[in-house]
Amino acid sequence: MVTVGVLALQGDFEAHARAVLALGHEPCAVKTAADLAGTDALVLPGGESSTMLKLLREERLFEPLREACTSGRPVLGTCAGAILLARSVTNPDQESLGVLDIAVERNGYGRQRDSFITELPPGALGGGPLEAVFIRAPVIRETGPEVEVVLEHDGRPVLVRRGAVWAATFHPEMSGDVRVLEAVLRSGDP
Amino acid sequence: MTEAQTPLRLKTGLAEMLKGGVIMDVTTVEQATIAEQSGACAVMALERVPSDIRKDGGVARMARIDIIESIMGTVSIPVMAKARIGHFAEAQVLQQLGVDYIDESEVLTPADDKFHIDKHAFDVPFVCGCRNLGEALRRIGEGAAMIRTKGEAGSGNIVEAVRHMRQVMKDMRELQVMGEEELMTAAKDLGAPYELVRMVAQSGKLPVPNFAAGGVATPADAALMMSLGAEAVFVGSGIFKSQDPPTFAAAIVKATTHWNDPALVLEACRTVAAAPMVGLDVASMEPDQLLQTRGW
Repeated sequence: MVTVGVLALQGDFEAHARAVLALGHEPCAVKTAADLAGTDALVLPGGESSTMLKLLREERLFEPLREACTSGRPVLGTCAGAILLARSVTNPDQESLGVLDIAVERNGYGRQRDSFITELPPGALGGGPLEAVFIRAPVIRETGPEVEVVLEHDGRPVLVRRGAVWAATFHPEMSGDVRVLEAVLRSGDP
Repeated sequence: MTEAQTPLRLKTGLAEMLKGGVIMDVTTVEQATIAEQSGACAVMALERVPSDIRKDGGVARMARIDIIESIMGTVSIPVMAKARIGHFAEAQVLQQLGVDYIDESEVLTPADDKFHIDKHAFDVPFVCGCRNLGEALRRIGEGAAMIRTKGEAGSGNIVEAVRHMRQVMKDMRELQVMGEEELMTAAKDLGAPYELVRMVAQSGKLPVPNFAAGGVATPADAALMMSLGAEAVFVGSGIFKSQDPPTFAAAIVKATTHWNDPALVLEACRTVAAAPMVGLDVASMEPDQLLQTRGW
């Protein structure tokens, strides 16, 4: 069993905590820098990235979180979490942790009316088709040379990783399917 | 009108993303920008904030389209807008415009004195107000994808939101200890759909996100509502009728996130050096001055 810190400043952190529990691990809400101690892995949830960014700065959590995300721990960012992890963010331009070499466009699919649920071939995750829930989702416009594209939809990367740091533009935590989280946690093994 | 194609899960999904956040009422692009910069997770576009609706009287309607459109074009966070209770044509216009959520709101003057909007017929998700579990489940039965307390909008007085949140929580606890054979009578007494009553009896919570609204004026008010079980907070007049909107907005956001850490709620309260909006004593209001009794 590992302790998975779930950034809980704003967003669907409870859905992530439920997914962590479903895998038999221990979720722990991260709201301040002190909460990072003792976490073996990290999840950055969906929500509004501009809100999270403001609270990260205000609680002086920005730098400690960046360090924790580059410590070799498995890290999963979904939707807003993927935006926080990115090297660069557009629409509008926005600061980010810069721990994953991807360029992300916020709300790249459009507004809520453009939100959708689809099924993806599971690729390296194995098993049957994987449900993917996209809600006002961002689009990954560029991936660095060391970033592996794990899943695509319509020719766009929707799940990417470099080492143990993963970003999804959809919400695996909303599907009751733990394959993505399982793969993330496994990727931290030496 | 035919049944909409959008599954409820996609509608409640956006509400899931708003949890732990603050949704702020705005009437101009400038206010929407201040809200976004202060950490709002969404804005609610409306013609006048509730305290002005209360003061100026007249019929309160959906906001002007050019204002909603310019707010949508300016901020990157979700934009909600209010439609009058039962006014499905206003809702169709807002859906066509592409707003992210519609609030079928008692703050506006009701357009139908008997029926709410058939929200299943829409692809855009709806939020509706409630004072108790029966009202919440009637709205969910009609297709609402988010519930909020009604409170007493524009009063700057948290007492009604507290009353409504406590009532919903109490009603849910009571269902949980009932035997299966008691649930049909409970559904009859609540005036709520039986299947939803059974669902709540089993899960102990609403099948859609449950937010607080109606009277939040200070960071401590927001922390109180979160402590009572709200999953996010709407702030109407409380920000732009205070004497220092950006500071109030940021402080309420901080207190909503850190509601269970009194040291950080204190920090949020400490940043606020100006006066909050002036409050009203709800108990001494005439019944026809109450907004919460609108809706059926």
